[in-house]
Amino acid sequence: MIEINNLKKSFGESEVLKGISTVFEQGKTNLIIGQSGSGKTVFLKCILGLHQASEGEIFYNKKPISSMTENERSLLRQDMGMVFQGSALFDSMTVEENVMFPMQMFTEAPADEIRDRANFAIKRVNLINANNKLPSEISGGMQKRVAIARAIVMNPNYLFCDEPNSGLDPKTAILIDNLIQEITQEYKITTVINSHDMNSVMEIGEKIIFLKDGEKKWEGSNKEIFKTNNAAVTDFVYSSELFKKVRKVYLEESE
Amino acid sequence: MLEHIGRYFIMLQKTFGKFTKSSVLRKLVVREIDDLIIGSLGIVAFISFFVGGVVAIQTAINSDNPLLPKYLVGYATRQSIILEFAPTFISIIMAGKVGSFITSSIGTMRVTEQIDALEVMGVNTYNYLIFPKIAAMTLYPFIIVISMFLGIFGGYFACITGGFSAHADFVEGLQLDFNAFHVTYAFIKTFLFAMLLATIPSYHGYFMKGGALGVGKASTTSFVWTSVAIILMNSFVTNFLLT
Repeated sequence: MIEINNLKKSFGESEVLKGISTVFEQGKTNLIIGQSGSGKTVFLKCILGLHQASEGEIFYNKKPISSMTENERSLLRQDMGMVFQGSALFDSMTVEENVMFPMQMFTEAPADEIRDRANFAIKRVNLINANNKLPSEISGGMQKRVAIARAIVMNPNYLFCDEPNSGLDPKTAILIDNLIQEITQEYKITTVINSHDMNSVMEIGEKIIFLKDGEKKWEGSNKEIFKTNNAAVTDFVYSSELFKKVRKVYLEESE
Repeated sequence: MLEHIGRYFIMLQKTFGKFTKSSVLRKLVVREIDDLIIGSLGIVAFISFFVGGVVAIQTAINSDNPLLPKYLVGYATRQSIILEFAPTFISIIMAGKVGSFITSSIGTMRVTEQIDALEVMGVNTYNYLIFPKIAAMTLYPFIIVISMFLGIFGGYFACITGGFSAHADFVEGLQLDFNAFHVTYAFIKTFLFAMLLATIPSYHGYFMKGGALGVGKASTTSFVWTSVAIILMNSFVTNFLLT
């Protein structure tokens, strides 16, 4: 579980996050949504510790990150998996080497065990015959799967994804969404996804927080987002005619 | 400017902070030796041989006064190659070759979020990315030894084949008034240049901003500042050790 209490972040004079509080629960797929420039990425990077928060506190399993020693923070990071928007695979390494990398860095396990574990993770994300390929030799969807395999190879308790299905075709995007949700439930991970893909919101958003201008404007589940009358949310989520119709049908069916 | 200098030294401090696992670090150092040292041998050999030849020919054709001793060509070639050409001139060339490679490889990792990925995993990215380059560049003096040898040999070859000097005169010049401290001085500054070559381009790559264009700009800036640092260091070391 990750608890965020009154998180603020400024860059010089510009206040990007204006006091966000929320809880991301274990075993749930938590989504952060909002327009470009709403502060989603900065929020995620603050949670990850890539940005130092200006004010507020982040608790990992009730332990405040600010009171952790350098060693505790290092151990916490090894308990995190991250899928970046552009996959961020190491381009000089093969798929298998990329997935093996965290274990090679942080465990004393023998080489065979590391390879077996990496191959298990690669199979778990349904990648076949790609072990010896370089990231540049595989498609965007496959790169995302490798990034997910690398993120889960250490059995993390926390999984973070920054726009995991951006740049993917709709079918692959759904596959990636479903894969993340399956893994979250299977391993009871606290998953936090940064997204502005409405399919993800409606399909896998067990908990959704909506950011606008650095503030949390709404919080709820994918069921509740259909029913909300929050103007900021409806203006963003139901901006297209298609989603307006989807909402209408959902509300009619639920009545 | 002061902010850059401060950040550069903080970077160096962090580079020698938490160390990467030795089995991983070993592989990285070997890869860097291959990229930075072995990969530079060809261009260094080529430039040294031909510039050595040109230095000898220029000395020969500009010192045709019969009062000047015949061994002068060999002597001048040796002194200019050992004292300046091999350590300094080759280092400026390496600022372009090795420096641009270091800046663009680290810069590309920054742009493609690979450095962020390492940080999220809890890796000391300074140590992981920069230390192997510093370790590999400790072998840089070997490149300079080869450059010295080929520069002098190029001068000898050009003089003998072009008829500018006799074998005995050239060899006499090479051996005349040999001061071993000049070689020590050359290696002291070579080692210092190696550290600049490894760390200044790393700094520019690590802290670069922007996308692909930013990588190009960072590489150019890195070359300029590495060259400036080498020239200033050369001036300082020469004043300190030879005067």
